[in-house]
Amino acid sequence: MASKINRPLWMGRPRWYTRLAKAIALTIVVGLVVFPFWTIVATSVASPNEVIENGGWVVWPTTLDFSAYTSIFKGDVITRALLISAGVTILGTATSLVATIALAYALARPGVFGGKPVLLLVLFTFLFPPAMIPSFLVVKELGLLNSFPALVLPVLINVFNLVIMRGFFQGVPTELIEAARLDGAGEFRILTRVVLPLSKSIVAVVGLFYAVSYWNAFFNAVLYMDAYNYPVQAVLRQYVTQGASLTDIGNAEASILNSPQSVKMAVVVIATLPIILVYPFVQRFFVKGVLTGAIKS
Amino acid sequence: MTVTAATPGESPASPAAASDGAPPGGPQAKGRRKPKPKRSRAQRLRRDLFLIGLMLPGVIYFVVFHYGALFGNMIAFKDYVTFIGVWDSAWVGVDNFTVLLADPDFWNAAGNTVTIAVLQLAFFFPAPLALALLLNSLVGDKIRRFVQSVVYLPHFISWVIVVALFNQVLGDVGVLNGILDDNGLSTIDIIGNADAYKPLVIAQVIWKEAGWGTIIFLAALANVDEQLYEASAIDGAGWWRRLWHVTLPAIRPVIVLLLILRLGDILTVGFEQFFLQRDTVGPEVGEVLDTFIYWSGIQDGHFGVAAAAGLMKGVLGVALIYAANKISHRLGEQGVYR
Repeated sequence: MASKINRPLWMGRPRWYTRLAKAIALTIVVGLVVFPFWTIVATSVASPNEVIENGGWVVWPTTLDFSAYTSIFKGDVITRALLISAGVTILGTATSLVATIALAYALARPGVFGGKPVLLLVLFTFLFPPAMIPSFLVVKELGLLNSFPALVLPVLINVFNLVIMRGFFQGVPTELIEAARLDGAGEFRILTRVVLPLSKSIVAVVGLFYAVSYWNAFFNAVLYMDAYNYPVQAVLRQYVTQGASLTDIGNAEASILNSPQSVKMAVVVIATLPIILVYPFVQRFFVKGVLTGAIKS
Repeated sequence: MTVTAATPGESPASPAAASDGAPPGGPQAKGRRKPKPKRSRAQRLRRDLFLIGLMLPGVIYFVVFHYGALFGNMIAFKDYVTFIGVWDSAWVGVDNFTVLLADPDFWNAAGNTVTIAVLQLAFFFPAPLALALLLNSLVGDKIRRFVQSVVYLPHFISWVIVVALFNQVLGDVGVLNGILDDNGLSTIDIIGNADAYKPLVIAQVIWKEAGWGTIIFLAALANVDEQLYEASAIDGAGWWRRLWHVTLPAIRPVIVLLLILRLGDILTVGFEQFFLQRDTVGPEVGEVLDTFIYWSGIQDGHFGVAAAAGLMKGVLGVALIYAANKISHRLGEQGVYR
């Protein structure tokens, strides 16, 4: 049994031409999504000569050649950018998660002291998201320009994620919390031993939302950081979409060794890879998370 | 899925702690549902110290980075000079707004923004709905799930990479033009061509977000009453009539809701996408409000004028949401809020 078919009785068997039209439409949709990824991977692993001969792109490489990747990791620009990206993503996600869990949990408890004003304070920011110029000035006045906290602190808590998480915490049965309290557990133990173990799925969803947004962020780096401290997405912008050559950003050996195109595509692949790797495992959690959030907001 | 209303006024004030002593404040009803003895303010404060501690980092974050930025909008009324600072720069009243409104570049950016927003509404907004209807018509679970996984993926890809992908496929040394050239056909100038810029950015946003946008429509489609389909099928309604008389009316509230949200956000067409590609076609075609704010503020140093543009955009955005919501109530729909 390859696939579960659940066609309701009232729906007749579709005609062959309907089925054909649907199959063609779906193939086109899937092809449009997959093909660009395919061609960047193919170009990145093709031999530099082949890429040049073919005019900058390859769909089906005749030989596999990973020199583009080795040259990237030989130079220090991309390596450094990747380390920065990884560091910001890991530390940022952890910090954001802790702050979000803490605030969401406190706001989910009924009748907490100061809960209502704080909730209003938070929800009001939905109406006026911080604008670019004032945010820049805040970061500047705090002396955070060109420091890594500037990539994390201004986006520490996402209101959407906070609302999803608070909603989930509110669903934890009060009886469990009461029972733990009767057993002598303090607030901290209740949070870490009772509530969080029940909330693994939502913590995973929100954590991944944060991780993806930290990994993909580039504009905050352009705004706040010097080029030397750019994460990989910002570096990618410099020479994939702005056409700066690798020499411009100080990676001379790579540009000599390789046709820039295969190296560029290799950088694109590397910057996409973490997302593609985790995506199959977390996709359904994302969908669940976005639906919960959509219904609530 | 836990669905509980997140309205702030609703949380019943039930003092959950059982560990501390009897309340001296007298048995006074608080909260609508569970009348429980009210504790004094000081007692609640002492009881909730830990929870307040949990709230603190988040509250500081919102106060500093959200309300600080909100407050920072005051430089829209100041002649901000970098080395003098936000506080000590001189007040200039509405001068920045006068300068802004007299600036043809600003109106050009506003015009581009609205044009692109209208194009998005016409071509990007229906795309997820169409795709969702197609996906919803699939009866094989496996194929459906596979297609869903594929079309959700671009949502998680950063704009930098999306632009790089489009350049690689559609650029003048890209795959499309390569294939055209190899077959002796004339090549098409897409990337960097001012005339093709608007269709290109619409195509990009459809490619990136249409699949993800199906989620909410698919959820709505799954909730359509099966009996309606059955009854209409028995009455002889074909595929088209079922779509027109059953499916679309059933998911109308969702469509209207998303339309309102989009209308309220019409001055925002997506910053990163335009920031990345503005220079390929130049500001005349490629400038939108958000990029205008960046280039005039951060790049050219006209902080006051740029902040004025941002403030106007924010206030107009709130007004638009309010108006769109009012209209939807007039039309007898639920809207975003009551």
